[in-house]
Amino acid sequence: MTVTELVSYEAALAGYDPVMGLEVHVELGTKTKMFCGCSTELGAEPNSQTCPTCLGLPGSLPVVNAIGIESAIKIGLALNCEIAEWCRFARKNYFYPDMPKNFQTSQYDEPIAFNGHLDVQLEDGEIFRVEIERAHMEEDTGKSTHVGGATGRIHGASHSLLDYNRAGIPLIEIVTKPITGAGERAPEVAKAYVAELRELIKALGVSEARMEMGQMRCDVNLSLMPKGSTTFGTRSETKNVNSLRSVERAARFEIQRHAAVLESGGTIVQETRHFHEEDGSTTAGRIKDNAEDYRYFPEPDLVPVAPAREWVEELRTTLPELPRLRRNRLREEWGVSEHDMQSILNAGAVELIVATIGAGAPSDQARKWWMGELARNANESGRALDELPITPEQVARVAALVASGDLNDKLARQVIEGVLAGEGDPDTVVDKRGLKVVSDEGALGTAVDEAIAGNAGIADKIRGGKVAAVGALVGAVMKATRGQADAARVKELILEKLGVSEG
Amino acid sequence: MTDIIKLTAAEIAAKIAAGELTAVAVTEAHLARIDAVDEKVHAFLHIDREGALAQARAVDAKRAAGEKLGPLAGVPLALKDIFTTEGVPTTVGSKILEGWIPPYDATLTRKLKEADVVILGKTNMDEFAMGSSTENSAYGPTGNPWDLTRIPGGSGGGSSAALAAYQAPLAIGTDTGGSIRQPASVTGTVGVKPTYGGVSRYGMVAFSSSLDQGGPCARTVLDAALLHEVIAGHDPLDSTSIDAPVPPVVEAARNGSVAGMRVGVVKQFRGEHYQAGVMQRFDEAVTLLKELGAEIVEVDCPSFDLALSAYYLIAPSECSSNLARFDAMRYGLRVGDDGTKSAEDVTALTREAGFGDEVKRRIMLGTYALSSGYYDAYYGSAQKVRTLIKQDFDTSFEQVDVIVSPTTPTTAFPIGERADDPMAMYLADLCTIPTNLAGNAAMSLPCGLAPEDNLPVGLQIIAPAMKDDRLYQVGAAVEAAFVEKWGHPLLEEAPSL
Amino acid sequence: MPGITREEVAHLARLARLELSGDELDHFAGQLDDIIGAVARVAEVAEQDVPPTSHPLPLTNVMRADEVRPSLTPEQALSGAPAQEQQRFKVPQILGED
Ligand SMILES: [Mg+2]
Ligand SMILES: [Zn+2]
Repeated sequence: MTVTELVSYEAALAGYDPVMGLEVHVELGTKTKMFCGCSTELGAEPNSQTCPTCLGLPGSLPVVNAIGIESAIKIGLALNCEIAEWCRFARKNYFYPDMPKNFQTSQYDEPIAFNGHLDVQLEDGEIFRVEIERAHMEEDTGKSTHVGGATGRIHGASHSLLDYNRAGIPLIEIVTKPITGAGERAPEVAKAYVAELRELIKALGVSEARMEMGQMRCDVNLSLMPKGSTTFGTRSETKNVNSLRSVERAARFEIQRHAAVLESGGTIVQETRHFHEEDGSTTAGRIKDNAEDYRYFPEPDLVPVAPAREWVEELRTTLPELPRLRRNRLREEWGVSEHDMQSILNAGAVELIVATIGAGAPSDQARKWWMGELARNANESGRALDELPITPEQVARVAALVASGDLNDKLARQVIEGVLAGEGDPDTVVDKRGLKVVSDEGALGTAVDEAIAGNAGIADKIRGGKVAAVGALVGAVMKATRGQADAARVKELILEKLGVSEG
Repeated sequence: MTDIIKLTAAEIAAKIAAGELTAVAVTEAHLARIDAVDEKVHAFLHIDREGALAQARAVDAKRAAGEKLGPLAGVPLALKDIFTTEGVPTTVGSKILEGWIPPYDATLTRKLKEADVVILGKTNMDEFAMGSSTENSAYGPTGNPWDLTRIPGGSGGGSSAALAAYQAPLAIGTDTGGSIRQPASVTGTVGVKPTYGGVSRYGMVAFSSSLDQGGPCARTVLDAALLHEVIAGHDPLDSTSIDAPVPPVVEAARNGSVAGMRVGVVKQFRGEHYQAGVMQRFDEAVTLLKELGAEIVEVDCPSFDLALSAYYLIAPSECSSNLARFDAMRYGLRVGDDGTKSAEDVTALTREAGFGDEVKRRIMLGTYALSSGYYDAYYGSAQKVRTLIKQDFDTSFEQVDVIVSPTTPTTAFPIGERADDPMAMYLADLCTIPTNLAGNAAMSLPCGLAPEDNLPVGLQIIAPAMKDDRLYQVGAAVEAAFVEKWGHPLLEEAPSL
Repeated sequence: MPGITREEVAHLARLARLELSGDELDHFAGQLDDIIGAVARVAEVAEQDVPPTSHPLPLTNVMRADEVRPSLTPEQALSGAPAQEQQRFKVPQILGED
């Protein structure tokens, strides 16, 4: 591996225009695989979700999953694509042990969806249109574990172990047209595109699109052309860039690397590259020579897919509001800034907040809890927000208890803590922990009288006009009531009893 | 009870149903026959004695309990070793699958079991069904019961030989370019290639997916029809399976008639490659059809001249991909895994050791035809030829109800004669291939012995897609007329083994 | 149509994962050349305006409902494996990818 001294990003952009192509594979959330009835449930024992078809046993045959087709059409429509009136599956022939038939059932020159676009919003609000070449259906491969080498690497392994549970899970591959004109913002566009695509996929309900779980994987193809030129340069294909941040970093790194190679008079080799999370670099993989010949031909074990126009139009009517438009609408409804909205999006809180509002909470309360207490907890426990054991309904209930004065903020935090600890729903936690605000004026009055009697000096100071000293008495009352009093009301009562008015 | 083995399937089923014979006795008689002659014939790769007897006992128990029996209950059958059988070895005639025991039944296997048919064992075949002589089996050739030094046809030579040697009254074959019909022709038996999609391919090891079709083999037209009805029908596990009722084949076989029918004779099916005696018997069959009341019409199918070429591009292309799964990773043979070699090398060494020459030839031919730069000229053109052949059939079937031809241009040739001349071997399927390319139905049945060698000649009947019943209607009429003319079924003239 | 050379046969054998011997390369080169020479006739129709037929049936849209069917047990799945370890198929070292 030769290490190229990178040129600075600014210098690279001064001389060249980047051209990107993004290929995203999305694992669909169907119950069964693309061509057989095996379950797609994650986390099963090795090779427990396989059958003659997805193991490629002699004699086995594929049958297409209808929801696989439907999902592909929905994705195509959401990406403003044309939907093929008639298309076929094709076999992509190459040998690899993780692929049971040694051909991938995919689509070749007849994709189900083609010629679309996706508008993505950059951080400053600018809209950039990414043209979509095609979206096609295919199947995933099995999973190999490499044994005997260093930390599961393929290199130096003595042998590999194969689990075919993932083999045959439906994939949709979405390919952009060459993205030109993004200039220095190319890495940002790449990231925004993948982010937007992920939101779109999730909104369509066709996949959870969790990149960290490999449900969405991105290949970044990149080339540079000298400023002023319109001829694309040779591209590199960086495979399996599997987080939003990595997509941006990979594009950035490749821009700098390409520029360095070109500047030093070298030529770019068409090759696959591997991205390294640790330092954001890429290293050379397989060189794409002409020996690779996939010998595509129409899959003879499957019949053509000819989606009826009525079906396509029916699916079109079920499409949800585009995530970007919906986000803008919510942002206005909630009255938050672009920046705050971006934070909410990054935290994965949009849907949770929407659901909490739906359950009756005011939007500021819903945002406050999810982006505050709960975000902190998720962060500390290394979980995603939606993995926390609390529902939007429960958060809304907590907000309602605060609004009615039954809880103060401090108590509300304890209630949430209890819910997260599995102690039950908010009302149960309130009961069990005895967390209700002491609103009984009699009980509160007694506590106030005791506090005044026990702190005569302070009481005098207050009577003498040092109203700020009231905090000490409030603290004493709160202590006495173990925090279950409404602090504002306590303050009012103290001042009332001492005959002092605030102000 | 040596004559049990001479009974037809229909007769056996009737006798078992009437309590005149037990399924166990029938099975034992056939197993005894196999024991007596299969050393010479080598029709079987695997004999499932225990499984067969267990199935036979179950049939007898069912009858004793007064349960309803299927139309072929207790009838023994020889299954081509290309269909998966749960717990019973399936080799497809190849070393690469030696010892493989499938964990699942083919749909056809399941249907046979559900119909209470007794599966005696798995029959020999050309490796992966590639061949016309069964010489390409990795487990040695099968002899033709008419003359053991001659081929029984292929690829389903084991099935046809088992019928002709009275080892089973029923057998299953598969027909990609003639592998049911050509063996039937050269052994004096009956074989039917149903309309493509008529019989499920699920669990039938693929050779060429768009051409392969399983079908019935028997000694009589009625027996073939009874078996056809058992194995045919829609299968949701096969996307290319026809979702429509099975044509009324049994009814047609019971009501043979050609009176008033128009029968086509293809202009292109004669010439230098055809043996004189074969054409003589074929012409006599045409005369017979006329006597039985059919009107004979010559039909012109000019694109049939390109059928063989198209076939030897399409079938190898599909097989090069279908056979890629035999890679030594998940099942079957593994060669050269000494701990130092890569998976890639082990795959290549295993395929080299596990595949025979004809399989390698076709894999390479298909790899070539699909490779970039050649695809359009070869695979692409072959698919255009396919369209033209379909059009020729369509035009013909506007003029006629069925087409007839010799099944194969010559009678059984000696084992070894064409072994190293692939092109000569390929000619055996000259008349059968167009049907596979177009997907319609065809039958072969005996029409006499060629005068020059006293070996069986087959008459091929071709019907439009989904009109499989016409084959049986015409076949039954022709069979009855021939048996009347000869005084006995043709097989009676075969030497005893 | 051009004939097929020994080198081309070697290339095809690599693509098809067949470890052919030198003798086999010669033998197959001759035979494949004959066969390709004969079947190349199909190119006669290359210029004709005829739609290709990839499949004999005019079927479309054969699909199954997205319903789970029983899988094989891992024991059944692995029953034919030449080697296995940890309930997985054990295969020789894989060359490639990185
Ligand atoms: Mg792909
Ligand atoms: Zn499966």
